Amino acid sequence: MPSLPDVMIPEVADLARRAASGQTADPHLEDVALKPAFFDWLCRMGDSTLILGHRLSEWCGHGPVLEEDIALANTALDFIGQTQLWLGLAAEVEAQGRSADDLAFLRDAMKFRNVKLVELPNGDIGQTLMRGFLFDAWHFEMLTALGNSTSPRVAEIAAKAVKEVSYHLERSSDLVVRLGDGTEQSHERMQAALDYLWPYTGEMFAGDAIDRAVTEAGIAPDPAALLPLWQRTVTEVLAEATLQVPDRRFDAQHGGKQGRHTEHLGYILAQMQFLQRAYPGASW
Amino acid sequence: MYAQMVKSEGMKSLEDMTPEERAFQERIDRGEKIEPKEWMPEGYRKTLIRQIGQHAHSEIVGQLPEGNWVTRAPTLERKAILLAKVQDEAGHGLYLYSAAETLGVSRDELMEKLHSGAMKYSSIFNYPTLTWADMGAVGWLVDGAAIMNQVPLQRTSYGPYSRAMIRICKEESFHQRQGYAIMMKMAQGTPEQREMAQDAFNRFWFPALMMFGPSDKDSVHSAQSMAWKIKMNTNDELRQKFVDETVPQAEFLGLTVPDETLRWNEARGHYDFAEPDWDEFFEVIKGNGPCNEERLEARRSAWDRGAWFRDGLSAYAEKAAARRAAARVAAE
Amino acid sequence: MSRKEWPLWEIFIRGQHGLNHRHVGSLHAPDAEMAINNARDVYTRRKEGVSIWVVPSAQITASAPSDKGPLFDPAESKVYRHPTFYDIPEDVGHM
Repeated sequence: MPSLPDVMIPEVADLARRAASGQTADPHLEDVALKPAFFDWLCRMGDSTLILGHRLSEWCGHGPVLEEDIALANTALDFIGQTQLWLGLAAEVEAQGRSADDLAFLRDAMKFRNVKLVELPNGDIGQTLMRGFLFDAWHFEMLTALGNSTSPRVAEIAAKAVKEVSYHLERSSDLVVRLGDGTEQSHERMQAALDYLWPYTGEMFAGDAIDRAVTEAGIAPDPAALLPLWQRTVTEVLAEATLQVPDRRFDAQHGGKQGRHTEHLGYILAQMQFLQRAYPGASW
Repeated sequence: MYAQMVKSEGMKSLEDMTPEERAFQERIDRGEKIEPKEWMPEGYRKTLIRQIGQHAHSEIVGQLPEGNWVTRAPTLERKAILLAKVQDEAGHGLYLYSAAETLGVSRDELMEKLHSGAMKYSSIFNYPTLTWADMGAVGWLVDGAAIMNQVPLQRTSYGPYSRAMIRICKEESFHQRQGYAIMMKMAQGTPEQREMAQDAFNRFWFPALMMFGPSDKDSVHSAQSMAWKIKMNTNDELRQKFVDETVPQAEFLGLTVPDETLRWNEARGHYDFAEPDWDEFFEVIKGNGPCNEERLEARRSAWDRGAWFRDGLSAYAEKAAARRAAARVAAE
Repeated sequence: MSRKEWPLWEIFIRGQHGLNHRHVGSLHAPDAEMAINNARDVYTRRKEGVSIWVVPSAQITASAPSDKGPLFDPAESKVYRHPTFYDIPEDVGHM
């Protein structure tokens, strides 16, 4: 067989090192006034992929069928790889000697900047896939827009990530359609998942002062600008899936991007950060 | 290796064989591969289904002890490597189930036999993973022991099994290295880390030795399986090879093998070592190991909770096919 | 208990160097489209530039085993016909 790769880790690790070594010049990294907002925004990107990747990794060994178990792990691996890049750049922007691992394993909940949607429990596989779809539809538009970022480093990460995420979206849309329009039971479960997750989706499009600062610097798009694109994808896919868009506010739940999370995040961190917390300074 | 105590069908001498059986045995003796749908003795087929099935079950149950630490991995890189590794186990299970399916059994049938307890998986996965050092010990010792058996199995007589083993071996070699790398970090780390490493080694040493199955003198099914080349070495041969290779690796780490009787035997050119507690082994096989119930329950529960997902996707595929057929009719 | 097992598919993949599609293994999927997605996840880890064929295993017609002599013997000298589906890695046997 032509040599297909067994794992993609070395490639991601290599990219992370390259990004961290700063081969591409980026004037935004020297902009002192922009630093706090840029750092926070990078944490929003990296924390969302970190926490969602963590949630997906919980499925490992417990998937509904072997093929799906493997596919979920692939997606989780993509997210962990992207986290290394985003948090690696965040650490570089911050320039306080912290690493991506320090940011992931040594911050407490109030310092996390992920949207609440990604920290919600996995529920059944339908809820996991629906959460993935709602996120992927945003993530894809965000990364596509970041391809035009005035920050070459951000554009570089986005260019790598968007290839992975376009496949995430293709796969999650396909499964949402199939399960929505499958059996009566699968339809009901997908509708219930959608109803539960819907109020958390609006946070992805809500801008604040941080967003305004990076938007003005040309680093990232205005989050609100992504909404029509997201709505188009979501409406189309849900219609094909014979699912009803819930009749309730889609932005009722928010605050994750500012560090006000659900109760779930604390438990994720308790697990994820256990070793780093229990054995400070040890090397793994 | 992941297949212990596979019951093999009876052994015949060349003279007692039917002409088909003799021709079959001669093909194997010449080193030819047997391919699906070719004539084979029923005993060969049944033994292979048991062995490949047990091996496949071991891969997917084997996801659980390491999967236990994926969400607690201490760095992003370790998390990615461990997840990729456990994902590989699912892939290995998939390749092996596929190989078994060429023998006329379905994956669902094999799954049912795993869930009902009618088929076994390797005893090793009934031991708990208690600290992060266990991720090192499992990779180093368990994958190390597995690979000892799997490398020769690449030459096994059944084509699909042999090809699955080739692919698996290619991946497993990275597995053992990542485990050893974790052990090196721990052994060279803080006093607490060294303590964890030694403790993990203490707990996994004898269970790893058990992976090769009971001693040859108690192993009743070996002769036929070896004649058919679906077992390539005796249990004791492989166990000795494992000990001989592992002891220097432990010394390099500065870890103590938890066996006071361990000695280099100059005359034999091998280490002398203590046998594992075979009573414990048979108890674990019977279902009385530390984690038997949790492991089986995790598999059953994943399967049961996934039923609506599998059924939903089947239903959609049928509907979509019907819609396509209707569209074709309408177009004509 | 699922009412019905997903069918089995044979997976063929084209590598990146303009080679023919080659059989790499099999998997289960409810239909062809999902078989392709699953093959991407299981057998290529989504490396770009590969092309995947999926065929229902039940649709494969194989030559009868007794034909083996006459059908394949003349091809003995033609190495490119030998169905070696997998590379044997160099490090096999090493740790």
